[in-house]
Order: sequence, then C-alpha cells, then structure tokens
Amino acid sequence: MAVAAMEEEILSLRKRRQLYSLIGLLLVVAVMVSGYSKSNDMNSGGFLQGLSKFFDYPGEIVFEAWEAGPAFFGLIIQYLPAMLETLNIAAVATLLGAAMAVVLAMASTRNVDSWGPLIPVVRRMMDIMRAFPELIIALFLIFVLGSSPVPAMIAVAFHTAGALGKLFSEVNENIDRKPIEGLSACGANWLQRIRYAVMPQVAPNYLSYFLLRLEINVRASAILGFVGAGGIGQELRRTIGWGQGAGDETAAIFVLLFVTIMIIDQASSYLRGKLVGAGRAH
Amino acid sequence: MSTDTLEQVVTPQDVWSKVRRRAWLTILVPLGILAYLTYTWFAFGVPDLLAKAQPERAVILATDSVAYKVHVTKLLRRDILEVAIEGERRATYDEADLPDWVEVDGKDAFVDLGEGYLVEIIGNRMSFTVPGYGTIIGQATSDGVDIELPEGDVPEWLLTNPKKLDARPTLDRRVQVTRTKIEVHNYFGGWENFWFPFDSEFYGKSFSQLYALALSADRLNPEYSNVWYMVQDFLGNPDWQHGEIFVALFETIMMAVLGTITAALFGLPLAFLAARNFTPSMFLRFGVRRLFDFLRGIDMLIWSLIFIRAFGLGPLTGALAIAFTDTGTLGKLFSEALENIDNKQVEGVRATGANQIQRYRFGVIPQILPVFVSQVLYFLESNTRSATVIGALGAGGIGLMLVETMKTSRDWENTSYIIILTIVVVILMDQTSSWLRRKLIEGK
Repeated sequence: MAVAAMEEEILSLRKRRQLYSLIGLLLVVAVMVSGYSKSNDMNSGGFLQGLSKFFDYPGEIVFEAWEAGPAFFGLIIQYLPAMLETLNIAAVATLLGAAMAVVLAMASTRNVDSWGPLIPVVRRMMDIMRAFPELIIALFLIFVLGSSPVPAMIAVAFHTAGALGKLFSEVNENIDRKPIEGLSACGANWLQRIRYAVMPQVAPNYLSYFLLRLEINVRASAILGFVGAGGIGQELRRTIGWGQGAGDETAAIFVLLFVTIMIIDQASSYLRGKLVGAGRAH
Repeated sequence: MSTDTLEQVVTPQDVWSKVRRRAWLTILVPLGILAYLTYTWFAFGVPDLLAKAQPERAVILATDSVAYKVHVTKLLRRDILEVAIEGERRATYDEADLPDWVEVDGKDAFVDLGEGYLVEIIGNRMSFTVPGYGTIIGQATSDGVDIELPEGDVPEWLLTNPKKLDARPTLDRRVQVTRTKIEVHNYFGGWENFWFPFDSEFYGKSFSQLYALALSADRLNPEYSNVWYMVQDFLGNPDWQHGEIFVALFETIMMAVLGTITAALFGLPLAFLAARNFTPSMFLRFGVRRLFDFLRGIDMLIWSLIFIRAFGLGPLTGALAIAFTDTGTLGKLFSEALENIDNKQVEGVRATGANQIQRYRFGVIPQILPVFVSQVLYFLESNTRSATVIGALGAGGIGLMLVETMKTSRDWENTSYIIILTIVVVILMDQTSSWLRRKLIEGK
C-alpha cells in the first residue's frame, strides 16, 4: 500500500519535473527566437546581408597584409611598444588590485577572525566594486586626467580588487583553522596569525587566481585602450580610423594581440596547473 | 643516530640552503615588484599626468551632476530679458510666471541670489552686491565692458578684462557681462525636468495631483488616456531621453543574454568533441581544441570590430561578438568538466541496457549540469558588463550612449543618470544570476 503511494508520488514528482524542464526549454527557445529576430530588426545592417559581407573585412586586411610582404613583420615590431604598454596596464592593475583584494579578503572572512561588524560592510563593498563596469570608471578618469594609461589602470584595478577579493575570501573560508589556533595559543596577534598561519595556506590558490585575473585583465586593458586609454587599443582605433589602405597595420595589431593573448593564456594555465595541481582551469 | 634508509637525511646544509633561498625570495620579490612599479610610474608618465590633471573638471562634473542652473539673460542687442532653465529655449519661463527670486520691471531686473547676494540689471548696467566684498559694477558698452570694483585686491573668483566680466563668488552663483549680454546663473540642487519636459502639461505637478490626473476620466489629450499620455511625455522627455536610454539598456541586456545562451548552445556539443573520454579521435579533439583557443584568442575586441563592419550598429553585432568569444571559453570549461566526470554512473546506466543516447542523458548530463548552469549564469553576469564595453566600441546600446553624452559633456546630470542606470542593471543581473544559481543548483 505504502509502496504504491510512494510510487505514485515519485511519478507525479517526475511529471512535474518534466513539465518544469519543458517550460524552461521553451522559455529559452522563445527568448532566443524573439531576441534574434528583434535584434535583427534593431541592427542597422541585417543578418543575411551582413553574412555575405562577413568575410569582406577580414579578407581585405589579410590581402593588404599579404601585399605588404616582409614589411608586415616590421609593422608587428613597430607596434610592440604599444602592446607592452597594454601589458603594463594589465600587470600593474592586477598587482594593485590583488594587493587590495588581500586586505579586503582578510577583513571579510569569519574563518580568519576578521572583525565581526566589518564583514558584511566589506562584502557589500566588494559587490559594488565588482558591479562597476570598468568602462565607466575609465571614461570618467579619462575626462579628469586626460588620455593616458593611468585611467585604464585604475579602472581595471578597482574591478580586480572586488572580483579577486571575493575569490580570495572564498579561499579563506576553506582553510584549516588549526595553525591559527596554535598561534593564538602562543599569544600571536591578528597580523602575526594572518602572516604565519593563513598566508602559507592560501598563497598557492591566491597566486593561481592572480594569474587567471591577469589573463582577463590583458583583454580588458586592450579594449579600454579603444576608448582612449592608451596601449594597443588606441593604436587599433587609429589604424581603423584611417580606413582603406591601413589594412596591413590593422592586421599587424590583430596578429600581435592574438599571439600575446595566446601566450599569456597558455603560460597562465600551465603555471596554474603547477600551483594547484591537476591542471584544471578553475 | 639511526636513520631510515628510505627517508632522505636532512642535513644542516639542506636546511640552511632552503632558509637562505627563502630569505632571498622574501627580499627580492618585493624589491622586484617595487622596481617594476617604479618603471611603470615613469612609463605611464605619471608625473606629467599629475601636472596636467584637471581636478577642477571633477568638481564641475560633481556639482553639475547633482545641480542645475537657471539663467537670467539680458540680450542687449535685442533688448529682451529671458529666464530659462539651463538657458534652453524649450524651458523658458513665461513672463507672468517667473520664479520668485527674479523681479522684472519693464526691461530691468532684480535678481536675489540669496544670502545677501543681489544683482541689479538696469539698462546696460549690472551691479552685483557681494557680502564681505562690496559692489561690482559692469557697464556693457559698444566695444567691451567698463568695470568698477570696490577698493582693494581683486579676488580670485573675479575675472576681469576689457571684453568680459565673470564673477563667481560661490560655486552656485555666477554673473557674466559681455558686450552683448548680461547673464546671471543661479544654481539649484536636484535634476530639473526629470519627470516631464518643461512644456508638458504635467510639469511641476505634485505626486498626488498626478495620481488624481491618472485616475481621472477627463482626458487632457483626447487621443490618449491620461496614464498613457503621461508615460509618453515621460519617455519622450527631450532633456533626459528616458525612452532612448531604456531602449539602449534593453539592447545591452539583449546582447548579453543572446550572446551567452548562443555560446552555451554551441559550446556544449563542441565540448563533447574536445573531451578525451568522449572523442577517441585525437585528430578531431586537437582540431576542436584549437578552434576553442582561436575563438578565445581573437578576443571580444577584434570580434566586435569585425562584426561591426559586417552587421552595422545594434544588439545583433554585440550578441554575435560575445557568442563567438564565449563559445571558446565555455567550450573549454565544459570539456574539462566532461573529462572529470565519474565514469561509474555511466557504467551503471549501461548495465541496465541503455543505448548511447540514454547513457548520455542519464549518465553524463546530470553530472555536468551543475557546472553548465553555474558557468552560464556566471558568464551571463560578466557579459552584461562586457556588453557595455562592446557598445562603446561602436556596437550600440548603453555603452555608446554613455560615450556620446560624455563627449558632448554638456549636461553631466544626463551622464550620471546613465551611469546610475547602468550600474543598477549590472547589479540586478548579478543578483538574478546568483539567485538562479542558488535556486537551480542547491535547490533552495
């Protein structure tokens, strides 16, 4: 009797589940179909007519790069300093952001004895820092400070502090408390406990997240350059603005950007694999 | 001393060399970072930048974004006096309905700027009484301005030359006299005409009045009901462009949602082809993995530029740029998740006689579904931010609108309005995605 009732319940639960899945699926399909048709209408060029032109631009710049011949490699070298500037923006932003993130993380995890009343405050602060689009801070600072790499650096660092702070505090939550207790038994103060009990445990994970963020920030700084923050992005905007005939320059920048991002990607995933083992990205 | 043969003998030398290495690292790493930061300090030209920075622009921006000014302008050539919000033609006060701090007597005016600051405009002559300083008199002549100042040093806030008199004793009071006009600016806190344009019938009405109007059956405009008329006046507000801003925000959200879902739908099947335990062919696996690397390596910046060329301005462009980049990233993540699944569950399903599709459906999908859902939601959230940047590159949406209002830099309150809305939308997307994640994965 009881078995039959249970079976019935399981069946009805399963039916309901299937219904939910179906509704969810239909919802996704509806969003996709209506979204694409709507955005096709809103776009200034339609999808079908754009599709035929899709390879025109890449074709054009590849052709011009081909025509440039060996001089093309000269162009790549010519844009190296700009690429280096973008890398510098990303590196400094990640360094400063991570330094701030360590402070934020140490102040916002109960597991490492952060000061209680501060925890929710710092958490909300990190939420806000993460939510701020980099673009807005960069544009604002460009207006005040003028066009230079510093606004992009500050904007990226601000976002990085929030994003890394959250990841770092998640790492802090999972550490072993025994070393902390051992140290407090010896009379160590909070800073000493953080330095000798927490840091050694979290350092590999912190470094791994640091590298992941560096990778993301290189991309972000390249994009911010395009709105006037210097580096390779700004050069790209210049060459694109020249229009026809500057295809080889644009292609050189594309190649440089692609190669750099690939190298950083591979290097960071290799190093992260070494740091936290198993070669997993996340 | 007995030693275990399998265990390495720890000698004092070993210990000391490790301690020494550690000590060097402790010194060298911070020194290296410091050297690098010093190098970038000069590479970025920070000293130069600090010298050229214009902090006053930040002050202007801050005051202008929370305040508006009302101009009292006397055009001397045409001999007319106008009182208008931000000096705009559309927002000119009617002569019978002037604000109470302006008193007009024929062609002359008395403006009370509060706290004892008084301006008198009589004919071509302006006299400005500043408490604690005295009376500044400016007389517009046919080729410039004659200026009479009180005794003593000329304060910093007062700019005088034969062509122009510009006095701004406090941040919220300003008087200018030139050959052709006398202009008084009076600043007020808040956002003017935020709800309805100046010439709207709803302008200046209180909330309860509006509420009554909305419910009333007497139509102000015979064509629409009052509520609809109100909504239209609000959305069509020419100063604030609520309608256009909402459309732009919608475009940005659409870019993020469409791009992420498309990337997930293409990334998942491709991920099976890139996972070792599902695709025995090394050749195929290698190809798909390189495809992921390629899509990711090209980066959103380049994809957007290519798509803008092909498809023009709009949400479709942004959605496709996001979809292409994230197909690579999500594909890589999914394939890693697939390689790490527990094979026992699949074997269990196989033992019941399930065919290939059933094995995938009941053995594999349930294992990677949490990863799939949480990554997609996480990307949805971060793509909302990316979509604003892609928009600024020229794909449209709120990003482009922001860049444009910043470029004209006329009305900072519009810019700050857009910034606030953008941040609210990003935070909302963030909250929704983490709520969905909790709901779907933890079942709470």
